Amino acid sequence: MKIIVLVKEVPDTYGERKLDLETGLADRAASEAVLDEIGERALEVALSYADANEAEVVVMSMAPERAATTIRKGLAMGAASAVQVADPGLAGADLGLTARTLAAAIRTAGFDLVVTGNLSTDGSGGVLPAMLAELLEVPNLTALSSVEIAADSVSGTRDTDDGTMRLSAKLPAVISITEALPDARFPNFKGIMAAKKKPFETLSAADVGIDPQDLTAAASIMTAIAEKPPRSAGVKITDEGDAGVKIAEFLIENRLA
Amino acid sequence: MTDYAADSILVLLEATPTGELAKSAAGLLGAASLIGTPVALAVTAPGQAQALAEQAAAAGAERVLTVETDAASTQLTVPIADALAAAAATVAPDAVLISNSMEGRDVAGRFAARTNAALAIDAVGLSRDEEGVVAHHSVYGGAYNVDSAATFGPLVVTVREGAVETRAEAKPVALEALDATPSGKAAATIDSFEAVTATSTRPELKGATKVVSGGRGLGSAENFALVEQLADTLGAAVGASRAAVDAGYIPQTHQVGQTGVSVSPQLYIALGISGAIQHRAGMQTAKTIVAVNKDPDAPIFEVADFGVVGDVFTIVPQLISALAERKK
Ligand SMILES: Cc1cc2nc3c(=O)[nH]c(=O)nc-3n(C[C@H](O)[C@H](O)[C@H](O)COP(=O)(O)OP(=O)(O)OC[C@H]3O[C@@H](n4cnc5c(N)ncnc54)[C@H](O)[C@@H]3O)c2cc1C
Ligand SMILES: Nc1ncnc2c1ncn2[C@@H]1O[C@H](COP(=O)(O)O)[C@@H](O)[C@H]1O
Repeated sequence: MKIIVLVKEVPDTYGERKLDLETGLADRAASEAVLDEIGERALEVALSYADANEAEVVVMSMAPERAATTIRKGLAMGAASAVQVADPGLAGADLGLTARTLAAAIRTAGFDLVVTGNLSTDGSGGVLPAMLAELLEVPNLTALSSVEIAADSVSGTRDTDDGTMRLSAKLPAVISITEALPDARFPNFKGIMAAKKKPFETLSAADVGIDPQDLTAAASIMTAIAEKPPRSAGVKITDEGDAGVKIAEFLIENRLA
Repeated sequence: MTDYAADSILVLLEATPTGELAKSAAGLLGAASLIGTPVALAVTAPGQAQALAEQAAAAGAERVLTVETDAASTQLTVPIADALAAAAATVAPDAVLISNSMEGRDVAGRFAARTNAALAIDAVGLSRDEEGVVAHHSVYGGAYNVDSAATFGPLVVTVREGAVETRAEAKPVALEALDATPSGKAAATIDSFEAVTATSTRPELKGATKVVSGGRGLGSAENFALVEQLADTLGAAVGASRAAVDAGYIPQTHQVGQTGVSVSPQLYIALGISGAIQHRAGMQTAKTIVAVNKDPDAPIFEVADFGVVGDVFTIVPQLISALAERKK
């Protein structure tokens, strides 16, 4: 079985994240770049299946050239190979172009199962998995909090506000997983050394048959951007035995209770 | 060719497991009424469309298209995306509004990919300028306001639940059954669905005006009841940090933050929460923030209007009785 795991380089959420007010794109110089945590969990789902079964795990990403180091972490964790679609024409790609490009790359590589995160921490779109399923003409099983992979099918649980849903589908399929799934393994020294020898394919948009300038598809564009002043701290008191009463007074004064 | 208003805005309605109109619908119809003529689409089990259409009209839908099918309860996403595609072809709307819920995001993704339409996600508001429909977004935890629009064609928008306060005026019921031919696209099977029995009369977290949240500082699921007690005293929704969810104090649907729910209430009370940047990303746009934490250096104090350094286990019970005292 061939499992493709979609991973993404994102600005580290532990730092202050900035948008470039000229271009509206993430200001990559402002914060450190890391592999998105949810993508690591998605990779863990694939790797733990491959630990016990016959399966080839490929990490794939659409990202600028310099993200290669970050993507390589997926190889160090245990993926067999990596595919990166890097193309200056894809800078600032909207969701439609991102989905078309990734779907084309996935189709080129061939797949039985695609595993993604449910939401990326920078885009937070959460729509990409369903877009890919539509373009690849396979079922989507999204926002799974547990996953069971079998040789020819996949199933899982989805927790919604209203209840719990059990989903299943025959492969090929696209699944997305939530952070309820386990943390990923750490790359060990052996893994890091082995990663250097693993296949790492870098493709342009044209290599997968995508024209980033294609004007027949509508695109979403940013028309305005503004930074909001950061919030400032108010009063801070130390409890002297009456802080509960003081909070009550504060709430009542401000008509919040 | 169609007899739909030129400024039609197509709204996908969501229903609860019992067939009632979901809370998100009023906000979607309200948002649609600001930018055009709200036309709703109801995809329901056979026999349920009429009731849903009536509720949608009461919430401001000028017209309601209905598709009655069993498929939506046995197959994931595809039947609803098919119905939406048929509705959009009939109405030719300027925008399609969908709730930014788990199901809404999937339907929006499939629909936009199928029709090559521009997609705007997690909007907190909508407006219209000379060029067309504009979606407003609040990104990176509210640090930036960003507007987006389509280069051409309808803008498909997922709208953050609870973000739009505008409500549309009630309209007379105008219902039309729509012929939606299944696309035959492969879909996942819904093998079972177990509804959570709605035991709580507490307000929903999404769109709540008051939120009381607890973190790892509560120490146990039993102690977390303290958070719920204060919430009930204030008529507030209950939230949590990811650490509290991971520790099993409360289900994930209560998580506030970057990978949980984003809230913008009038009042946010953080109890035993350190205020990690990912948590703040989901609550720092609250109007007033109150925090209790025994660590004077906890980052939550950087955004708190009223911060108290102290122990939640002594302060919160005192707060609850002080509030109860006043109610007498
Ligand atoms: C990609 C990613 C996404 C994330 N998304 C989210 C998210 O959506 N939401 C989220 O919340 N987190 C998220 N996190 C996790 C986040 O980084 C923090 O780990 C988490 O918010 C910490 O939760 P906490 O404040 O409850 O726990 P802690 O950081 O452990 O803080 C507990 C606090 O309780 C205080 N305390 C202890 N006992 C008492 C007492 N008796 N009285 C008063 N105070 C007490 C302590 O002083 C401490 O400050 C994410 C992390 C990553 C990497
Ligand atoms: N540029 C990208 N390259 C690879 N995978 C991506 C990319 N963007 C999104 N994804 C995948 O889609 C998931 C959901 O992302 P999003 O729709 O941006 O919230 C992520 O967790 C990734 O698995």
